[in-house]
Amino acid sequence: MAELKTHTFDAVIVGAGGAGLMAALYASKSANVAVISKLYPTRSHTGAAQGGVGAALGNAEEDKWEWHAYDTVKGSDYLADQDAVDVMCKDAIDTIIELEHMGLPFDRFPSGKISQRRFGGHTNNETGKPVQRACHAADRTGHMILQTLYQQCIKHDVNFFDEYHVVDLIRVDDTVRGIVAIEIATGDYHIFHAKAVLFATGGWGRCWEVTSNAHSLTGDGTAVCLRRGVPLEDMEFFQFHPTGIFRLGILITEGVRGEGGVLINNEGERFMERYAPSIKDLASRDVVSRAIYLEIQAGRGINGKNYVHLDVRPETVNYYLEQAGESRRIDREYIESKLPDIADFTRTYLGVDPVSEPMPIQPTAHYAMGGIPTDVDGRVRANEADGIVQGLYAAGEAACVSVHGANRLGTNSLLDLVVFGKRSGMHMAAYCQKAELLPLPENPAAEVMAEFERIRNGSGGIKSTDLRTRMQKSMTKNVGVFRTAELIQEAVNDLKELREQYDRNIQIDDKGKRFNTDLLEAWELGCLLELAEVTAVSALARTESRGGHAREDFPKRDDVNWLKHTFCYREADGQYRLAYRPVTLGRYEPKERVY
Amino acid sequence: MQVHIRIRRFNPETDNKPRWGEYTVNDVNPTDSVLDVLHRVKWEQDGTLTLRRSCAHGVCGSDAMRINGANMLACKTLVSRIAKPGSDQAKIQVEPILGLRVIKDLVVDMDPFFDHYRSVLPYFVNDNVPADGREFRQSPEDRARFDDTTKCILCAACTTSCPSFWANEKYVGPAAIVQAHRFIFDSRDQAAEERLKVVGDSFGVWRCRTNFNCTNACPREIEVTKAIAEVKGVLARGKI
Repeated sequence: MAELKTHTFDAVIVGAGGAGLMAALYASKSANVAVISKLYPTRSHTGAAQGGVGAALGNAEEDKWEWHAYDTVKGSDYLADQDAVDVMCKDAIDTIIELEHMGLPFDRFPSGKISQRRFGGHTNNETGKPVQRACHAADRTGHMILQTLYQQCIKHDVNFFDEYHVVDLIRVDDTVRGIVAIEIATGDYHIFHAKAVLFATGGWGRCWEVTSNAHSLTGDGTAVCLRRGVPLEDMEFFQFHPTGIFRLGILITEGVRGEGGVLINNEGERFMERYAPSIKDLASRDVVSRAIYLEIQAGRGINGKNYVHLDVRPETVNYYLEQAGESRRIDREYIESKLPDIADFTRTYLGVDPVSEPMPIQPTAHYAMGGIPTDVDGRVRANEADGIVQGLYAAGEAACVSVHGANRLGTNSLLDLVVFGKRSGMHMAAYCQKAELLPLPENPAAEVMAEFERIRNGSGGIKSTDLRTRMQKSMTKNVGVFRTAELIQEAVNDLKELREQYDRNIQIDDKGKRFNTDLLEAWELGCLLELAEVTAVSALARTESRGGHAREDFPKRDDVNWLKHTFCYREADGQYRLAYRPVTLGRYEPKERVY
Repeated sequence: MQVHIRIRRFNPETDNKPRWGEYTVNDVNPTDSVLDVLHRVKWEQDGTLTLRRSCAHGVCGSDAMRINGANMLACKTLVSRIAKPGSDQAKIQVEPILGLRVIKDLVVDMDPFFDHYRSVLPYFVNDNVPADGREFRQSPEDRARFDDTTKCILCAACTTSCPSFWANEKYVGPAAIVQAHRFIFDSRDQAAEERLKVVGDSFGVWRCRTNFNCTNACPREIEVTKAIAEVKGVLARGKI
């Protein structure tokens, strides 16, 4: 039997990306906090975010947080909760300044202020024109946020447990008692007994074949919550970013289009002019991804293949700037200084120099709008009414506040991390001040340890990689940019069979204890399979098209029946049950969405 | 194409000493990365093969390893870069980075590396925020002064390619100096003096023999040797 160690803290934060680290900084001010990550914190996928973080600083031109809020609500296809959006867009300004005060090396305008650029869906609400709202550090803004927050955590002596893999939540009725983790290097089990637990474990783009997401983005925290009775909100809304590198899915930031880059089909046409006459290539991501897909379907992919071009060559950009009557012009040096990583990626992986050639791109599975349901302080909802699981928190991509609704605007994910990471951390610290440390139940690790032993000793001859590949293919084909009842049903059937195979026949090679990634990857696959199922089940029920959920059989948005959040529960028998919660509206009445 | 890959293997539970594992992988695309090939070995042939990886596109810093004798990120090294032009075969040799204890296969103990990182006060120091409550002002020129060293992803490719680090693990190493540089040359920061004390001591920058291994190894193309030289310059001149 593996060894079992117990630690006691006020609070445990699971995941050390932007949300987890921001929460850690705040919670650690008054509480004894452990930050647990299956990676070294600086490996977290926040570091892959590129183009910028949105805040109406108004450093370049007039801007207001209310405009940012409206753009976010419109981008969400009116599914975001407007009270939460207000909190995020208003808090954005102070939070970005705070990051700068932590040393974050933003790019600068000649005035010495933080440089801002255009991004999809962000507008001046009076003119309808794109506004410069994305604060950025070249095209590695996420990297700089992650590094800066980690640096500050070191400065403030935050307790880290690096390369500990959290595999279960200890929940008793509507309270939490801690988590169970595996120390990867030794294979030992650890119990972290705590008053409060925060999950900031990121997304699950690895459910799909072509994704911008890291291999480690397997939705562990979200799946663990689901297994422990927490419903998952709006899981049918998963964002396909329009511009992933062809075949590889590596993200090419929307900042490329913010700087003037355009999408071009096989006929040399800037096709977004037809789909979004007003802001064209800077329409919301769902709109652009669908446009690319439709161009490819109509045979206008490059050389008839399933990709189009993203063109940021100075001559192209300057041509369209001139057409638009703008005086700005760009050159090679500008691209090298504003988009250095993008240039490096396409040169490395495609042998394409974006200064002299257009880049082949296709939509790539990118971001989970849905997740663990929370209020604006990160407190996890116990149900579709107003119930709360005491001491349980979630923040970042793992969570659904909901500020992104049916489609997230670019720059709002980094903003979500820092704003709600901070709010969760503060609330959790206050909670720990007054809450008692409740006792652990008997053998709190027994169930998950038994599951690991089942996987370790399985002899059914089915490899993780086979199940994972089949899941990814089915999700890509059936629960992708466009969906129908027939396709989604196929995914539901596939996933049910895959889960049965997983439960009965999974077999791994590595039977050892130490650094057993074969075992942990197999367990992660179990998380992905469940999240894929929840996604498909939620998508099948929603008979309308809204934001990232585009049903060919129900092409219109249906506010009469569907202006509501999905809550999906996993029942004891493994079946899924759906319930719904009304959207919180506010200043902005739902209306048709035109870009 | 066909790839023959030779991997340095060590399982602490079954091996007394490291050994070589040899594998053949077919139908590899020249544009596949070494990480893709390692994944094919792990997923299709031998699940016990152990390595760290996450983002798979060169930004998380998990998969620095020694590939055909030089430190690189496996995910950023394409098979086409290794194969002879025109050949439909490639030979790849992969070992863990040097100078850190091997935990299992390609996984090394990163703690000494991060201890050096922590020793240089790798965080911003300045509590005198502007009276208007807004951002510190910094000119684009001042910002450009330390741009290169903000790119570091702490992959350890530089430090573990450095002969001075191999010779003495107490040497703070290029990666930690890069971090110190990032703050020393930031016009907003106020703790340069303390950092210079750390990198100026006997296990600091003077151990650097400028052989450029670090610069060549950096997957982010940071001019590491130049950054170290700039820090040496500050120490020699006594001002930034």
